[in-house]
Amino acid sequence: MIETWIEIIVDIFIILLLLFGTFFIFSSTIGVLRFPDVYTRLHASTKAATLGIAGIMIGAFLFLFAEHGIVSGKLLLGIMFVLLTAPVSAHMIGRAAHHTGIKPWSSNDKQQDAYADAIKEQKNK
Amino acid sequence: MPFQIILNLIIAVMWMFLSETYTFVAFVSGYLIGILLLLFLQRFIPDTFYLKRVFKMIQLVLLFTKELLLSNIEIIKMVYRKDQNFKPGIFALPTDLKSNWEITMLTSLISLTPGTLSLSVSEDNRIIYIHAMNIDDNDEAIKSIKETFERAIMEVTR
Repeated sequence: MIETWIEIIVDIFIILLLLFGTFFIFSSTIGVLRFPDVYTRLHASTKAATLGIAGIMIGAFLFLFAEHGIVSGKLLLGIMFVLLTAPVSAHMIGRAAHHTGIKPWSSNDKQQDAYADAIKEQKNK
Repeated sequence: MPFQIILNLIIAVMWMFLSETYTFVAFVSGYLIGILLLLFLQRFIPDTFYLKRVFKMIQLVLLFTKELLLSNIEIIKMVYRKDQNFKPGIFALPTDLKSNWEITMLTSLISLTPGTLSLSVSEDNRIIYIHAMNIDDNDEAIKSIKETFERAIMEVTR
């Protein structure tokens, strides 16, 4: 009797983790569609997608462990690699966008861009 | 620190030979005994005990997980808001970290924390340019990054 209860609780936990992950990935997609420019879209795609993938991977790991008794190290490694690569790729895309001359969007036309100022200063020297 | 890890590994392997069981479990128990020995003989070994650094690293990972969760909640609030009245912009963060490894860590951590995204590092590795969702509270962001992440990374590497 107790064992079935534990199984049910573990199942509920797995379902919650998977829902949590899909929700964050879904929100990040909506963020990519709704935000105004490259940089803000990068915010949405890097952060929320990372956490979403982590949630789904942990859910899958728990499922395999509870149902089949498999300890899948690949899933945990997957989380680690996403955590390592997502910020780096965001950094590169953002830098490339800035180098091609895309200005950060602003709701009132006063942009604050310390990076562009620094580049200008260096050119003047 | 590498010297202590090698010492610990040697103790673990020696334990395996002494107990004549060549399994992973024997290795782990030998490693634990090595940790205990190192802890007791701390005074005679150069450098501080290396597990202190490992402990600091675990603390950094925990801090990072917390910030990741907070940043996601923040982003999701912005995604589902009706009006988009945030003010994005780019600000400069002066950093005291020197080596490439430390700066890579810091930029990755910045990218995954609330409202900030590292865009570029200046040529002399002194300034990191950060894109922020709300440029108005950039002083606060600079302060919090300096006080939490930079200090935590320094404690691990130095």
